[in-house]
Amino acid sequence: MVDYRPILRTENTNLLEVKSVTCVKQERCLFEALSFSLGSGKIMQIEGPNGAGKTSLLRILSGFAQPEEGEVLFEQRSINDYYDEFAAQLLFIGHKTGVNTQLTAFENVCHWLFVHGYNDESQVYELLGKLGLVGLEDVPVRTLSAGQQRRVALVRLWLNSAKLWILDEPFTALDKKGVAMLQSRFNEHLELGGSILLTTHQDLTQHFEQLQTLVLEYRH
Amino acid sequence: MWKWLHPYAKADRAYQLCNTLLPYFIVITVVCLVVGWVWGLAFAPADYQQKDSYRIIFIHVPSAILSMGAYSSMAIAAIVALVWQLRNAELAVIAIAPVGAAMTAIALITGAAWGKPMWGAWWVWDARLTSELILLFLYLGVLSLYHAFEDKKAAGKAACILAIVGVINLPIIHFSVEWWNTLHQGATITKFDTSAIDPSMLWPLFINIAGFAGFVGVISLIRLKNEILQREKHRPWVRSLVSRG
Amino acid sequence: MRVNHSYWQLFKAVYSKDVTLAFRQRAEIVNPLLFFLIVITLFPLAIGPEPGLLARMAPGIIWVATLLSTMLGLDKLFRDDYHDGSLEQMIASPYPLSLCVLAKVFAHWTITGLPMVLMAPMFALLMNLEPQALGATILTLLIGTPLLSFIGAIGAGLTVGLQKGGILMSLLVLPLYIPVLIFATSAIDTSSMSLAYGGQLAILGAMLAVACIAAPLAISSALRVSVS
Repeated sequence: MVDYRPILRTENTNLLEVKSVTCVKQERCLFEALSFSLGSGKIMQIEGPNGAGKTSLLRILSGFAQPEEGEVLFEQRSINDYYDEFAAQLLFIGHKTGVNTQLTAFENVCHWLFVHGYNDESQVYELLGKLGLVGLEDVPVRTLSAGQQRRVALVRLWLNSAKLWILDEPFTALDKKGVAMLQSRFNEHLELGGSILLTTHQDLTQHFEQLQTLVLEYRH
Repeated sequence: MWKWLHPYAKADRAYQLCNTLLPYFIVITVVCLVVGWVWGLAFAPADYQQKDSYRIIFIHVPSAILSMGAYSSMAIAAIVALVWQLRNAELAVIAIAPVGAAMTAIALITGAAWGKPMWGAWWVWDARLTSELILLFLYLGVLSLYHAFEDKKAAGKAACILAIVGVINLPIIHFSVEWWNTLHQGATITKFDTSAIDPSMLWPLFINIAGFAGFVGVISLIRLKNEILQREKHRPWVRSLVSRG
Repeated sequence: MRVNHSYWQLFKAVYSKDVTLAFRQRAEIVNPLLFFLIVITLFPLAIGPEPGLLARMAPGIIWVATLLSTMLGLDKLFRDDYHDGSLEQMIASPYPLSLCVLAKVFAHWTITGLPMVLMAPMFALLMNLEPQALGATILTLLIGTPLLSFIGAIGAGLTVGLQKGGILMSLLVLPLYIPVLIFATSAIDTSSMSLAYGGQLAILGAMLAVACIAAPLAISSALRVSVS
């Protein structure tokens, strides 16, 4: 079995540092001078009502959008200056999961592997089965239910060696079994020294010991 | 060396800079346009071939030159905006665009107006006019792209990319249209020949060019001020400016 | 597991995904070609089927039809990827975005441009093109259609996030297509007079070379702007 574990950092430095980030969308200031940091092995949940800017914050942290002011540092280096190296250590799953509905689940996962620089397809079938998609690996994804389509994207969580996971509502459309599987996978990742940043409406306090929370308010 | 430019990356300094420059531009524009138009349209000697109808070159040539000058300025601002991530330069691109488009339209209309007495047709597909027409399309493209975006930050960046792509293509388009024109020379050879111009006509032409350049500058500066205010309206310095009246 | 930075592997992966998708939805390949055929059919109906007239206008008609059907096919270039999130995954990958873009544009050419090159003899027949001009037609299409894909992809990248992006993209891109149109039609015209047309081909080739290098950069910037 191929080892997907990431390389651990021995010093306890902050993996992700956000310095005084301001976001203005359509002339509405979503958040201003926001600063926080996320250490190795830690998980942070971003909470807030709809429209508070959670998704915008995640997109700024992943490098898709530029903040009005401020900067984001990954391992003490600005993500804009070293984006390729940051991207190699980042796993992002957003609202739009990047799963093409005309391809099969197997093709989707393999394509994702290649685009992110991995070339080992040997475990894909096994993992698709583990996530409840036995027998559905080779049909077009459009024939699957919403929850099943989500799981095709979530397979990536078992197949990458990125340190930082940024997930936007990962538990959407999952049943209890799926939620439990995901939470145990999160714990595995944290134990290996990885970090997770996510938004969710689920209550995570019972499952993760060192859960940090960031609450964004709806500003008018 | 460029350190003295750094403060102008901030919107309020840029706004003040526009305010300081505006009076000079207005003075140059008014003086040059008045002198240039009066001299050119009234006092310069009549052309021996075309009589008085040639006088339209005092409007056509400056507007054509400025249409290309404005596009180049727009492109330079776009490069500055993208390379150094300066918001004000993005605003400058959008400030200049409509002015440049208007100059291009004036060049086309005056070109057609000149064409009628000279060759009897309102429109001829000669190299210069065709290039101007394509330039108009490029301007309108930048403007429609900007206005199609809801998020104005993304709109500004997209407009900058398109302006740069346009400016790279501009010499290629110009060259290919010139070449196409030589291929398809019809019986009438159409050239806006201003090379063998008498000095008595050259001076008013230069003054008009300077006047038009000043005009483009004035309108662009006013538009830039407006765009800055629009973009920064949630800031305290804008609110204090508004409350002061 | 170590990340494998093979550019060729990424190119193959992105290219084969797009080509596979196109073959699964045959309409993507067939519709632009049908459009091309219909546009060419409209001209004899509009200006009269006199062979001499058609032969004179053939290069222009073939190339204008090429421009228009390329535009049709370009709208889909990034749209699906934008809507399902694949574009973001490509941006958040350790590979340079320009490489993914290069693969996608090349795939687009394989799907839309290459069939046109292969069907060029048929179009030449319909338009009563001089036989000696057939070689020039095929060559200009071979060099010109990738060029159209590159330039058009810039417009597609800029407008992918917009609601009514399709028509706007056409307005942005068609002026940029004009030099290609002029040199390609001139090459075919010159060859139909049995003269040398290497110069025009050389210029088209030079434009293609510059586009291969410069366009992916512009397209990547445009995509990042659209995604933000």
